[in-house]
Amino acid sequence: MCTMIAQQIAIQGSGKSGTSWFRLDRVSVSYDHPFDIPLEYALNIDFTNQAAGPAARVAVELDAESARKLVEVIQEVMRQAEAGGFVEG
Amino acid sequence: MYTTEQYEGMLAETVILPGHHADLINAYFARPLGAGPFPGMVLVHHLPGWDEWYRETTRKFAAYGYVTLCPNLYFREGHGTPEDVAALVRGAGGVSDDQVLGDVGAALSMLLALPYVSGKVGVFGTCSGGRHAYLCACRIQGFSALVDCWGGRVVMTPDELTPKQPVAPVDYTVDLSCPVLGIFGNDDHGPTPEQVNQLEEALKNHGKIYEFHRYDGAGHGFFYNNRPSYRQEQAVDGWQKVIAFLDRTLKGG
Repeated sequence: MCTMIAQQIAIQGSGKSGTSWFRLDRVSVSYDHPFDIPLEYALNIDFTNQAAGPAARVAVELDAESARKLVEVIQEVMRQAEAGGFVEG
Repeated sequence: MYTTEQYEGMLAETVILPGHHADLINAYFARPLGAGPFPGMVLVHHLPGWDEWYRETTRKFAAYGYVTLCPNLYFREGHGTPEDVAALVRGAGGVSDDQVLGDVGAALSMLLALPYVSGKVGVFGTCSGGRHAYLCACRIQGFSALVDCWGGRVVMTPDELTPKQPVAPVDYTVDLSCPVLGIFGNDDHGPTPEQVNQLEEALKNHGKIYEFHRYDGAGHGFFYNNRPSYRQEQAVDGWQKVIAFLDRTLKGG
């Protein structure tokens, strides 16, 4: 690993890979070398199912600006959802 | 240097070897055909994993006359495409230095046991593999040459140390027992030119044999012809420096 900037958390959700959905139980977020986006470093998000092996992965690679915008929009959508009483738990 | 009248042939295949803690891991192996003796090379793969570039590079070294072994440092994480496996390792913050030392040491032992290997073996790595190669050349006795291509985090600040990377490789420089070739891009952010200078200072202070080549107009990973970081002119020159260094160090005398 070159930057070693990585964190993982347990999550509950579903992800789609190809034409199939599968359960997600972990997300890894790193700022390190991406595989596809033509940048030296990127914000990489890997949604995975640990029991299903390395191929059970929904991957996203973003440039830094896109990553910051994504965080903001998630926060704003969650704020509206909570204000509307739609969020359980 | 290859000339057109020469015979050339190689064998390349996946093999299994006992790695760290005698765990069985796989490795990509390529060797020139013939009785030898040939020098050897251990390749330490980079963050994007045990991937096509490293398999190609394993064959490249074999074509230049080196019996070459590239252990799969991510074998224990399961199997899938190199990207999927490497993403899993990336998310977990990498593999531990101790585990890499065990796997690379096992690769060295395997090469030295082969009847057609001369007894001189080098170690090569790029990116995180450059860091690991530097670490291995310090901590494992028996390597005769080290090629560190833009290894990041060889020089580390105390706050960058982790349980998996508890010591900065530069701090082991006193134990380095072979000549070093360093290849770096001046636009790199890891290692930065300042960190390359610090590494050079450590080698100089400990009286080690080394040569560094710093390239303008190149950043991180400029040998990778499948990435936008590729820099043709610098990569061609860099590869020439690598082969010349290894031929001189492992084939000469």
